[in-house]
Amino acid sequence: MEHFQVNGKVNRKAGGDRHQAITGVNASGNLEVLVERVLPDHECQVNVTTAVNGFRAIWEAVIEEFFKRGAPGGLRFWINDGGARPDTVSLRLMQSVRLMEIES
Amino acid sequence: MSETLNQAVAKPDRHCDVRDWQKQRSARHDRLTAASRFASGKMVPPENVKALLEAVIRPGDRVCLEGDNQKQADFLAEVLADVDPSRIHDLHIVQSGVVLQAHLDLFERGIARKLDFSYSGPQGAGIARALAAGKIELGAIHTYIELFARYFVDLTPHVALIAGVQADRDGNLYTGPNTEDTPTIVEATAFKSGIVIAQVNEVVDKVPRVDIPGDLVDFVVKSDKPFYVEPLFTRDPASITENQILMGMMAIKGIYAEYGVKRLNHGIGFPTAAIELLLPTYGERLGLKGKIATHWALNPHPTLIPAIESGWVEQVHSFGSEVGMDGYMSARSDVFFTGHDGTLRSNRMICQAAGLYACDMFIGSSLQIDLAGNSSTVTPGRIAGFGGAPNMGSDAHGRRHLSAPWLKAGREASDGDIKLTRGRKLVVQILETFGEKMKPNFVETLDSVKMAEELNLDLAPVMIYGDDVTHIVTEEGIANLLLCRTPAEREQAIRGVAGFTDVGRKRDHKAVEALRQRGIIRRPEDFGIDPLDANRQLLAAHSIADLVTWSGGLYQPPSKFRNW
Repeated sequence: MEHFQVNGKVNRKAGGDRHQAITGVNASGNLEVLVERVLPDHECQVNVTTAVNGFRAIWEAVIEEFFKRGAPGGLRFWINDGGARPDTVSLRLMQSVRLMEIES
Repeated sequence: MSETLNQAVAKPDRHCDVRDWQKQRSARHDRLTAASRFASGKMVPPENVKALLEAVIRPGDRVCLEGDNQKQADFLAEVLADVDPSRIHDLHIVQSGVVLQAHLDLFERGIARKLDFSYSGPQGAGIARALAAGKIELGAIHTYIELFARYFVDLTPHVALIAGVQADRDGNLYTGPNTEDTPTIVEATAFKSGIVIAQVNEVVDKVPRVDIPGDLVDFVVKSDKPFYVEPLFTRDPASITENQILMGMMAIKGIYAEYGVKRLNHGIGFPTAAIELLLPTYGERLGLKGKIATHWALNPHPTLIPAIESGWVEQVHSFGSEVGMDGYMSARSDVFFTGHDGTLRSNRMICQAAGLYACDMFIGSSLQIDLAGNSSTVTPGRIAGFGGAPNMGSDAHGRRHLSAPWLKAGREASDGDIKLTRGRKLVVQILETFGEKMKPNFVETLDSVKMAEELNLDLAPVMIYGDDVTHIVTEEGIANLLLCRTPAEREQAIRGVAGFTDVGRKRDHKAVEALRQRGIIRRPEDFGIDPLDANRQLLAAHSIADLVTWSGGLYQPPSKFRNW
């Protein structure tokens, strides 16, 4: 089990006005993402709890790419990971931002 | 007339005219005579088959022991592996599939020495071991169509041991839906004075249709159990991932729709199974019905059932059959090729030719892609062979008929005056950036290069050469290699869709951004794809049970795929 936090500055505030959302499941090869709108508009933060140790560098690369691509300003993410591959993590993060944008 | 001709042609000096031009025919006669006491007419009792094979086969013969992609002459294989190696040895095995333990036993026991084949699947590790131990002298690993072509040039079998569903007493064979390689094997063997021996599940008075005429078949044995058929093309929709759905959406929008691909072949991986299940949902939403994916060279994939039932598919020609699909295909003869008896007629040689010359696109998965776009399914210690993918996944330089997608692809790859520019087949590789256990699917050097060194092969096996690949689709996006103008651009285009693999992370970010500006790399957001749509709800079927429902109960999946 490993925990770490990645913080970022982004140009754009996440769209929509939903306060929080959850997507995915904490199962083998998958992950659960909880997202909440609690940070200033140009900040974002991802907290990772993963069942698999030793992949922190890849996690950071995935999350930094997400900050650039996903524009998640103002959002804090909590990830419970069951050993998902990086491509699944990226997709789930993008999905969680979209959930915050759509009408609740 | 003949006298006139004879007078007109100068005769060679015939004073020492001893050359025998009928040696093969005499040898055939001798073999049949030696075998005749083990048979009654063409019928051979199972207990006599070993003696029959020992009478018919000679050391050094080229033998095809029908092992297709699916159908296996397993009874004859087991008997051949049990013959006396002091009588029959040094055989040269020439067959498309080496998939049974008995096939390898031939080499272990010294009955066979040389091997020319196409596909090994489950025996890939065994072949690699036998090669390393010097038990197999490898001729070459071929694609199906190449091996069959060589049957008619320099690898003609002396003896073919084949499999059918039924025979009558004259030797007429009904192969059933899995006709596959049989007509090609028999054509080469029977018309070059070879011997054809068939195992069948049943002997009947009259076969429902004649797939192989009886005068091409010398002996028939009823085996004690039906021949083995491998279900190779069944993909459970429940195992399709969200990223495969995402890739499928991008492929449909960015390739199928953009080029207007109507005639195509799909590989057998999960990403293309996802596409088959997205046509009636996502494809429908994009208004593409009738505009894409109407005519296929394809094995009967169960995951194509929803698209067929929704009216997407005009016609399918198949290399072989698939376990459980026979009843469905019989009931859908407007779509599939069927005999007058109602059952599917497949033919691997012909379908391979169709895939090569009549399809505008091949799209399939791979296990490894390098920086030049070469792809391989070799993994350490396994020689899986090629099957048909390299043929499907290659541009046919002999093609002359045009179609809109073929011309568009050709023109994207060239600059300047295009009056004489030939078209190109779309060859698409679709794969997630990581495979099982975080194994990267993008690599600097293919594993097959190292394997070729270890096994002293002069040519490393490459499934699809980079210069034939036109597009690579991953969850990160689509790289259009047709639009690349230099090897360096090509490398960055590949790195630019290689995700978080080492190859992907070593990209030149500026160069990749420039490629994106030129439309060489496109991301899901560039296609307006909502990541929330990358969801299993978008698949037309979520399980094998759903496929059965779509088929109205006509599809009867084998028990290993039944979980209800």
